[in-house]
Amino acid sequence: MKKWDINISSKNSFFNLDITELWKYKDLIFMFVKRDVITIYKQTILGPIWFVIQPIMTMLIYIFVFGNIANISTDGLPHSLFYLSGIILWNYFSECFTQISETFTQNTEIFSKVYFPRLVIPFSKLFSSSIKLFIQFILFLIFFFYYKLSLDIIDPSIWILLTPYLIVLLSGLGLGFGLIFTSLTSKYRDLKFLLQFGIQLLMFSTPIIYPLSSLDGDLLFLMKLNPLSHIIESFKFSFLGKGFLSFNGIIYSSIFMILIVFLGVFIFTKTEKSFIDSI
Amino acid sequence: MSEVVIKVEKLSKIYRLGQVGTGTLSHDLNKWWYKILGKDDPYSKISQINDRTKQNNSNYVYALKDVSFQLNKGDVLGIIGKNGAGKSTLLKLISRITSPTYGSIKAKGKIASLLEIGTGMHQEMTARENIFLNGSILGMTKSEISSKFDEIIDFSGCKMYVDTPVKRFSSGMRVRLGFAVAAFLNPDILIVDEVLAVGDAEFQKKAISKIKNINSNEGRTILFVSHNLASVKTICNKGLVINNGQLDFMGNSNDAIDRYVNLSFKKSNFDLSNLSYNKFIKINDLKIISDSLIDLRTSFIIHNDFNVLTEDIELIIRYDLYNIQNIHVFRQEISIYNSSITEKGNYRSELIIPSKFLNKGNYFINIDFIDFEKKSLLNIQNALYFEIHSHLSDENISKRDVNNSILNPSLENSIDFKK
Repeated sequence: MKKWDINISSKNSFFNLDITELWKYKDLIFMFVKRDVITIYKQTILGPIWFVIQPIMTMLIYIFVFGNIANISTDGLPHSLFYLSGIILWNYFSECFTQISETFTQNTEIFSKVYFPRLVIPFSKLFSSSIKLFIQFILFLIFFFYYKLSLDIIDPSIWILLTPYLIVLLSGLGLGFGLIFTSLTSKYRDLKFLLQFGIQLLMFSTPIIYPLSSLDGDLLFLMKLNPLSHIIESFKFSFLGKGFLSFNGIIYSSIFMILIVFLGVFIFTKTEKSFIDSI
Repeated sequence: MSEVVIKVEKLSKIYRLGQVGTGTLSHDLNKWWYKILGKDDPYSKISQINDRTKQNNSNYVYALKDVSFQLNKGDVLGIIGKNGAGKSTLLKLISRITSPTYGSIKAKGKIASLLEIGTGMHQEMTARENIFLNGSILGMTKSEISSKFDEIIDFSGCKMYVDTPVKRFSSGMRVRLGFAVAAFLNPDILIVDEVLAVGDAEFQKKAISKIKNINSNEGRTILFVSHNLASVKTICNKGLVINNGQLDFMGNSNDAIDRYVNLSFKKSNFDLSNLSYNKFIKINDLKIISDSLIDLRTSFIIHNDFNVLTEDIELIIRYDLYNIQNIHVFRQEISIYNSSITEKGNYRSELIIPSKFLNKGNYFINIDFIDFEKKSLLNIQNALYFEIHSHLSDENISKRDVNNSILNPSLENSIDFKK
């Protein structure tokens, strides 16, 4: 007698992440990514060019407000490059975080009708955000090469090779936080109201609009507790030559990321079993 | 053909009634605490049986309780029961949309459900893109969809609109598209819930024959929920009756339908406890009597057993029949006085509704006991409900033959012929 392929039971194991099942649904992840990317700018004239216009607009605002009016230091780097590097990395993280934190609330309809591993949605959001990041990164490279080749006022280093790993760290943190948030808000939605505020707070406590070097003492110590700080600073150091690359910091961020991903997946897989009853 | 492909054991699902708010937090914490201690859920003991007509005292209800059954390969199971009996909950558990409170489900092979077709279609995307999206949501791989793409488009009959965004589609076309994708899923176990209620007659026929086809040619196991007893009878070989969240009957489909009809007839009797005391009339029994499921070709009797409590009234019983759109179909008045005065005592009135008279549909009857001056002595609104089903042999109706008239009489007629 063949053994059972599907076993649904009220009792569940402590940590039930089924990677092989998730892999079987890789086509679905791809389809969701495709849906997100092609539908977001449907019925617009500029289409995907908006991917590029958005960070440029933000950059211009930052240059005007933080650079010119508030006169916040940029470590002597060109304003446009300094802000743009922060903006695209931050946008990537915050997009992963907010999109994934809406997994349960935004997909109620589909979740209440069809079964597929629920983690498909967070992963597809991760990939569609990555595509956006990729396009915006090209924009960054254009600015980068302009300043490097025609003006030569920045000082990139071999640590540029670390960039993919930094992106992985960002993705992991966005994923982990997002999974925790969506699970916690599936039944009691109170936390949802804090999310917007929390993200803003997190942005100001990450060196996006100011360099870490402008801080000292207790404040600097606090900043270093933020795993995002090390990622942003390392990126700025490797591309622009100014910043704060510390191995302990990277290792700290890595451990933080792994823990938060595990915690996120753990809570998420607990929640997905019966969240449909409590929405 | 006797391999067991799905085995459901002691399946229970508890739902909490009411809204989620601060009040539910303490219950959640309590449950969680019991779980840490390794004890049973404290609220399962006070949970009630799922009868939507009863007042709830405990806030927790068994949507399903201790349901166990198994199916062999190739079985087509019709799941029948009243609204809210737990049919959909059962399907949701089997299709893994939510997980059971107790018990287990074991299955072999791939399960796919058509709980609602066209799920996850995106308005802005074209039919072509949606076929791929919808197909992968339902568990197909990209290559599977590509290989069946032309068949899917043909089956949906939307070839012309393949590159048009789905938002421009009519709702019927969306259903066709959704069903077409689902029809080519090739699961080992297919779950179908009321999908046939939508779409035009031509498409319904197509869908039913497709389901039959899937079953007979490919030996798939199908779980089918429908209120249309006629289609359950034609498609299914096994039937399962759920009543108040509990398994009431499991066996062959004809027996299950009979069992269900009995159950609902009990319900269609007038509930005497709802009636307050009346000094003129006391109802003893009020019900519909029929040999079997009422369809277009069966007649049935409205049986009314009552006592007259006072002398000196000239009694008329007035039956008013309405259809579900509240259209007044007919009125029948029955006088029960001889020599101008109704005597005290027990009366039994029977009104025979002939076959081939009313068309299929739902009807209700208001009963009014009036005196000679048309003054109401006892008025019972919505006293009885009944449904007339389409006759089995009328099931394979084609589109142009659908008759939605109120009456469906077979009138006497004659034809003269001259050359």
